[in-house]
Amino acid sequence: MRLGLVIDMDTCVGCQACVVACKQWNSSGTLGPLTDYHAYADDPSGVAFNRVRSYEVGDYPHSKTVNMPMSCLHCDTAECVTVCPTGASYKREEDGIVLVDQDKCMGCNLCAWACPYGARELDDSTGVMKKCTLCVDRIYDESLPENDRQPACVLTCPTHARFFGDFDDPDSKVSRLVRDRGGQQPMAELGYNPVNRYLPPRPKAQAEQADTEAKPLQERLREWADMSIAP
Amino acid sequence: MAKNSALDDDCTGGSPGARTISAPEVAAALPKFENSSAQERKYTTCYMCACRCGIEVTMENGQPRFIRGNPRHPINQGVLCAKGNAGIMKQLSPGKLRNPLMRRPGSERGEGVFVEVSWEHALDVLTERLAEIRRTDPNRLAYFTGRDQMQALTGLWAQQFGTLNWAAHGGFCSVNMAAAGLYTTGQSFWEFADPDWEHTRYFLLWGVAEDHASNPLKIGIEKLKRRGAKFVAVNPVRTGYQAVADEWLPIRPGTDGMLALAFCHVLLSRNQIDWSFLGRYTNASFLVVQNPGHSDDGLIARNDDGEPLAWDPQAKAPVSGMSVDAERALFGEYTLPDGRSVKTVMSLVAERYLDEGYSPEAASKVCGIPAADIERIALEMAHVAFKESIEIPCEWTDWAGRKHDRFIGRPVSMHAMRGISAHSNGFQTCRALHLLQIFLGSVDVPGGHRAKPPYPRQTPPPIRPAKASAPSEPLASPPLGFPTGPEDLAIDEAGNPLRIDKAYSWDAPLANHGLMHMVITNAVNGDPYPIDTLLLFMANMAWNSSMNTGSVREMLVSKDEQGEYRLPFLVVVDAFHSETVNFADLVLPDTTYLERYDTISLLDRPISEPDAVCDAIRAPIMEPDRNVRPWQDVMVELGARLGLPAFIDDDNKPRYEGYTDFITRYEKAPGIGFLAGWRGEDGDTPMRGAPNPDQWDRYIENEGFFQYHLPEHMRFYRFANRDYLEWARDVGFNPTAEPIIMEIYSEPLQRFRLAGQGLYDGPCPTRADQKERLVHHFDPLPAYFPLVSKTDESAYPLHAVTQRPMHMYHSWDSQNAWLRQITAQNFLFMNRARAESMDLQDDDWVWVTSSNGRIRVQIRLMEGCQTDTVWTWNAIGKQGGNWGLSEDAPEVKRGFLLNHLIPELLGSAEEGRMQSNSDPVTGQAAWYDLRVRIEKADPEEPAESWPQFSATQRPPGLEAGPDRLRYHTHEPVRINRTLRDILTRK
Repeated sequence: MRLGLVIDMDTCVGCQACVVACKQWNSSGTLGPLTDYHAYADDPSGVAFNRVRSYEVGDYPHSKTVNMPMSCLHCDTAECVTVCPTGASYKREEDGIVLVDQDKCMGCNLCAWACPYGARELDDSTGVMKKCTLCVDRIYDESLPENDRQPACVLTCPTHARFFGDFDDPDSKVSRLVRDRGGQQPMAELGYNPVNRYLPPRPKAQAEQADTEAKPLQERLREWADMSIAP
Repeated sequence: MAKNSALDDDCTGGSPGARTISAPEVAAALPKFENSSAQERKYTTCYMCACRCGIEVTMENGQPRFIRGNPRHPINQGVLCAKGNAGIMKQLSPGKLRNPLMRRPGSERGEGVFVEVSWEHALDVLTERLAEIRRTDPNRLAYFTGRDQMQALTGLWAQQFGTLNWAAHGGFCSVNMAAAGLYTTGQSFWEFADPDWEHTRYFLLWGVAEDHASNPLKIGIEKLKRRGAKFVAVNPVRTGYQAVADEWLPIRPGTDGMLALAFCHVLLSRNQIDWSFLGRYTNASFLVVQNPGHSDDGLIARNDDGEPLAWDPQAKAPVSGMSVDAERALFGEYTLPDGRSVKTVMSLVAERYLDEGYSPEAASKVCGIPAADIERIALEMAHVAFKESIEIPCEWTDWAGRKHDRFIGRPVSMHAMRGISAHSNGFQTCRALHLLQIFLGSVDVPGGHRAKPPYPRQTPPPIRPAKASAPSEPLASPPLGFPTGPEDLAIDEAGNPLRIDKAYSWDAPLANHGLMHMVITNAVNGDPYPIDTLLLFMANMAWNSSMNTGSVREMLVSKDEQGEYRLPFLVVVDAFHSETVNFADLVLPDTTYLERYDTISLLDRPISEPDAVCDAIRAPIMEPDRNVRPWQDVMVELGARLGLPAFIDDDNKPRYEGYTDFITRYEKAPGIGFLAGWRGEDGDTPMRGAPNPDQWDRYIENEGFFQYHLPEHMRFYRFANRDYLEWARDVGFNPTAEPIIMEIYSEPLQRFRLAGQGLYDGPCPTRADQKERLVHHFDPLPAYFPLVSKTDESAYPLHAVTQRPMHMYHSWDSQNAWLRQITAQNFLFMNRARAESMDLQDDDWVWVTSSNGRIRVQIRLMEGCQTDTVWTWNAIGKQGGNWGLSEDAPEVKRGFLLNHLIPELLGSAEEGRMQSNSDPVTGQAAWYDLRVRIEKADPEEPAESWPQFSATQRPPGLEAGPDRLRYHTHEPVRINRTLRDILTRK
């Protein structure tokens, strides 16, 4: 299995629901808690596995906002794993999820430097690295209804811009979406071969125009003079 | 239970599809992460904004483990926004009030120095005060509620108390939308009706930033994108939902009415009109008296039975406009048998909007949208409406008994909100949007704008506002209603307002939601009269919910010549230590949404879907750990303490044990209560039936909500659908089953205009400014007006507006440890090229000046901003010490409120009477009329926002929040990598 996410940039409105759902679930998840710094003071921040970055493309009035949620892409060629000196950072054989063993991590930050996607965050309180687990503590939980065995970010997304599944299965929804909509690997040229894919915006919807002649008031009034509503 | 989950749909986000990952060997190798036997899932309704999504809360060890959208809930279908996902941090807020508080004797109001008191003492003090008010002059109590969702109860309480001075926050939110809809089509946007997301092929989003309605709108927009429907966004700012729009029209703020009417011009000039829809379902064929200078000028000609007249071209005679036997002319000028000259509404409409004043070229100059784009979009809508019509085969019968075998749909839909409503021309702008919908025949039809029960209602509903109050007496009718002429106003014989907010006066005749934003100013100025007690529930009137915030804060502490506060007693009910709490004489602490019972009632602000009547409850997920009480319970108790008839029995004893008992047993009319589900003694009579003692339990069993699915033949054309109309009457939505005639031409507006002209056969104003406003703004046809505030555009060249970020919509109790990591400071955003032309760069500090004052703020440059517009996030700025925030928080030091720049009164005292900064029709607060200029701040000035307010003291019992938060409900269950794996695998 090769588990990962497909993120639809055609419908993502940048609402941050996935960001907070992730924070919420994982606070009591396998890598929790996720420390919040200066929770009620200056410079509030905290550990998060998923963040939405927003950009504008084009100049006014032809500009457009593009929202790009970013979490660990669970790369097939995961340099964050290669550089780890203790073996704490690893990619699971069973499903391809990249995880950090909290007991073996010494907080050296090498993996974060190796990750071009900014997907890893050191928790100052424990001095160890944390990252997206693909909600490994949800997706196999057989006490949950089958449809709920998905990452929290996917379940919550109000514009259904997030999909979870097995990229090794050519019939899975994620595989089909990537095929049908040209799913892309971000910064593929770097060669990390990310599992997660992004769906580019669909072509703009077009509409035809009614084809009738414009006529001025008096002409229209003459035409309409006898118009009535039948019983 | 019905399956609502959008995740079930194969095309949408959730279902992972065929996969093999539940392979037992993978799961078996993992530890058990969650101790599900120690967890419990409970269901309630979110209260983080006004969407009222269903939530599932997993509790563990007495704490919330996980809050997620309920997949079966009709509103959110399993999804949940960022704010809803941050509910745990709301529950954890250090700003939660813990005990009733009274201003410490000897301390000054506004210092925020309190002593804790018992509930018994607090309620004794309040009861004594309110009893005296009720015994003498009930209007000396003003009771205004913020973003509550219990207006049916608070309104009942106020009516029972006998004060006219009650309203909720609609007057500063979206009354323009509600009023325009209910006086035009019988439905409006959001709670009233939704785009038909399943069928619509062309969608216009007007003036909606990132808010109302949050999750339903996002769910709907995704459906449009998936189907390839075109999405056009009309907004000066391209953020939020507009990010995924196919086309963005960067409109100049406050000019949307002109754009909508220019669309109407194009549709008329191209003869792209749904004539049959207009003729059958609107007053287009009705005859309007043409008798300038007389009391009947512009009124609808009527027969002796009061029925509107139309013209029968065959008989060449007037005929009842409701006749189903006669042909009715749509156009023409005729002479009635009594000699009066009349014209059809449609003739007036065509003459008005075919005028070149509404041409795309004329509109372009006003709106800043190229004329060719206006023309093109109008023609695209026409093509979709008339060449891509939908037909749903279904037998239905209209009000006149005519049988139909299909529903014809015009798949053009719209949604509109604050950008339309928060201008002083918003009522008429919203009417213009409805006119556009009517031209296209897209009201409550497949693919169009679908009503949500209890809507549609009569245009307007036959409820008149209360006008008289008397000591120790309930009001004869609800405080709020729908005037249809000057005789319905709440004014005295001299024409002075009877209400403290001047709603239903000549200043704001159709103020159907009141004018909450004027209450403090009016009360302190004694205009129209002073009051004794102001009771505020969940409203931050000393901060982001008032215009001219600094001045309002001074008013709250201002004293008369005798040294007494001009506003003698201020009671604040809130769950959190808001800025307004500091000014209270008495603070009554409320529970959080996870700690309370509530009803999301059809009598209030309904949550129905187009195909189903819906209501819902909140049920406590956890017990409060503080000495707080839900305000509903306290209101029921106060009602009994004060002897309000609805709350006591025949022995003057409390009639109800508390809020839940009240909800179970109270009937507004026989069989109609706050909750429509599981009525009848056995719970088998939905919608209307006897009280059911087990009703709450049945809701809780059904995960907190109730749905009544309408049969297919009652799902469209409900304004004229006989079976629907009869059913709606039977369940109490409408008093009659008469058809709802859409009012393109509004006779109520014309009555007020006649009053302004001094011609009305009834009350007329005497003041010149009031006459002028009525004549000018009460146009019986939808109209575009420049904004009321006549600001010098050369001195203040920029429009300034606000919006809420999606992760923080609404603003109420908005401090949240997780959400503030995303946004803790608001910037003033400007168009990049415009800013650069002013030599401004990202992060510059600037002074922003309006006619009302100035503020210092930090700017950010962006592309997606109309060039004459600046904007910011509302209510990010906070006062230090409130909400559990430290004094140096970014919200305090760098965040800001635009409110300081917005005057609540326009004109000057020297020139005569001042008018509120509101729509002259409805009294809707005109937040977005603001104009400003910008100058770079001196680099020597401090890099902080101005004005700054000194930090408030933490009330007794509240503690500072932790600097580091490490919330979790159980110790994490780790996964450890085996040594063998490390040694054998890279």
